[in-house]
Amino acid sequence: MTAVWITIAALAVGTFATKAAGTLVLGTREPNERALSVTALVAPALLAALVVYETLSDHGEGITLDARSAGLAAAVLAIAARIPMLGVMLIAAGVTAGVRAFS
Amino acid sequence: MQKSSDIRTGVRAGLPLALPTLVGGVTFGVLAQPVMGSVAPVVMSLIVFSGAAQFAALTVLAAGGGPIAAIAAGMMMNGRWLPMGLAVGPFLTGGPRARALQSLALVDASFALSSRGDGTYDRGILIGATLPQAVAWVSGTALGVVAGPVLGDPMALGLDAMFPAFFAVLLAAEARGRLPRNAAIGGALIALALTPFAPPGVPVLAAVAAALIGLSRPVPRAQPVTA
Repeated sequence: MTAVWITIAALAVGTFATKAAGTLVLGTREPNERALSVTALVAPALLAALVVYETLSDHGEGITLDARSAGLAAAVLAIAARIPMLGVMLIAAGVTAGVRAFS
Repeated sequence: MQKSSDIRTGVRAGLPLALPTLVGGVTFGVLAQPVMGSVAPVVMSLIVFSGAAQFAALTVLAAGGGPIAAIAAGMMMNGRWLPMGLAVGPFLTGGPRARALQSLALVDASFALSSRGDGTYDRGILIGATLPQAVAWVSGTALGVVAGPVLGDPMALGLDAMFPAFFAVLLAAEARGRLPRNAAIGGALIALALTPFAPPGVPVLAAVAAALIGLSRPVPRAQPVTA
């Protein structure tokens, strides 16, 4: 049990330190144009990586094509059809559940 | 600097995430209870509050690994907070202590929601959108610990697929224009190339480097750099 509590304490401190470190480094000065043209692109790069990783990662061990991929494909179609966000998310869940149920 | 939104506006923006985050918390609680007991998983969700880091550490502990390996696995998932923190830092308010506290609100979905697309970030959206996720994550963990055996398999409903779908919706809105689209393609390719063999956490952290193509935009009085 001690191992569990050591892990929790260290990760609580480590996670907070990592989040705080990045936000404190630059202070509150308005970033210059060049910095802004990079930070503007962090969100699209991160989002694309999260879509890939959370759809294809085999729980942190390699890559796999499973029911989640079908859910994402349905979500992309739903986005193209201009369905609102919650609808897209429910369609992805429904298709994923359906594929899991029949496989 | 553009004015920050009301925190209530942020809470509304974060509400669609309450259900999938609750289910994520339940999943964590169900899986953690046999390894950590009933109290520790809830405390962990409350004070670590990082789903990816918690699942990574749990995976190590469940496999019989020691605390050092579990901490290392969790911290690998935390690497991306550094570049994300650099991006949002200038838009938080108050002294260093106040801004460090506000940095606790940094989570993937809120970060993406708060991005205005011009390199600036909306503090009210960042903090507000995290609140419903925090409540859902902690109460979901408690629910999973207590009711795990009764709930059955939370994956059967496919609710884990709601996260990539949510990120895809935000991506469709963010990736307008040549540079954002190229950054998204670059980020996706880096993640795709690294996911098969890199340790958890590394693919998403490395993908953020795709944002450096922003340096290729010509800026007055600066040397153009090609990425």
